[in-house]
Amino acid sequence: MTAPRHDWTIASDVEQIAPIVEAVAELCAAAGFSSRLCRLNVPVALTEAMANAIMRGNSNDPSRAVHVMAMLETEGLLLEITDEGPGFDLGGVHYTPEDADWLEREDGRGVFLMRKLMDQVESCCASDACGHTIRLRLRRA
Amino acid sequence: MNFELTKDEDRLVVEVNGQLVVNNRQEFKQLVLEEVEQGARLVVVDFTKSAYIDSSGLGALVSLGKRIREAGGELRLAALNEDLRTLFELTRLDSLFPVFATREDALAAR
Repeated sequence: MTAPRHDWTIASDVEQIAPIVEAVAELCAAAGFSSRLCRLNVPVALTEAMANAIMRGNSNDPSRAVHVMAMLETEGLLLEITDEGPGFDLGGVHYTPEDADWLEREDGRGVFLMRKLMDQVESCCASDACGHTIRLRLRRA
Repeated sequence: MNFELTKDEDRLVVEVNGQLVVNNRQEFKQLVLEEVEQGARLVVVDFTKSAYIDSSGLGALVSLGKRIREAGGELRLAALNEDLRTLFELTRLDSLFPVFATREDALAAR
């Protein structure tokens, strides 16, 4: 049997993040994920990924879309957040608390938080056909 | 309203009503900076009604903390729940801000 899949498409507007985050958290709760994962890990990581897609991937251009896919698999949650931008090398983003300017920076903690709160974070490089996708996986707990 | 401000001379309490995240961090920064320009020097951010924070919210606090220190003041945090404490500890920003159990404790501390 195919895992249940949920899809949303929004304009690049950060005001559109919260309703989708809430919906995904509710799906996780209904699927039996722990309350901590539903109220902390999923909301923060998904907010980060969507914010990056809107602000960095799509440069806050409201004419560009962000697509969110959530799938509840046997092993856990799969999230894919796709923007229409050129993509970036996720593996090249290494900001951590060990960096000298970590406590001074206003930005740069989003990918770090995604990696800490999700079990797997990976990106698909952009193509004209599919844009750029961040894939997040979280095991059930 | 996302933020409730309470002022007493040079002391300001900002209660976050909901989450401090990407879509309201500019408003938050603007509100606090305006008060700092008006003389607020002890700024307490009260997270009693807040469940989590994202990197944008953390960044806003980092930026404000620096501006307040430059003005001779201090930014303190109050009423972090377990999840908020986790986020501050993960990012080691718990070392940057004094954290108190309640706003009263934050206001009273020397």
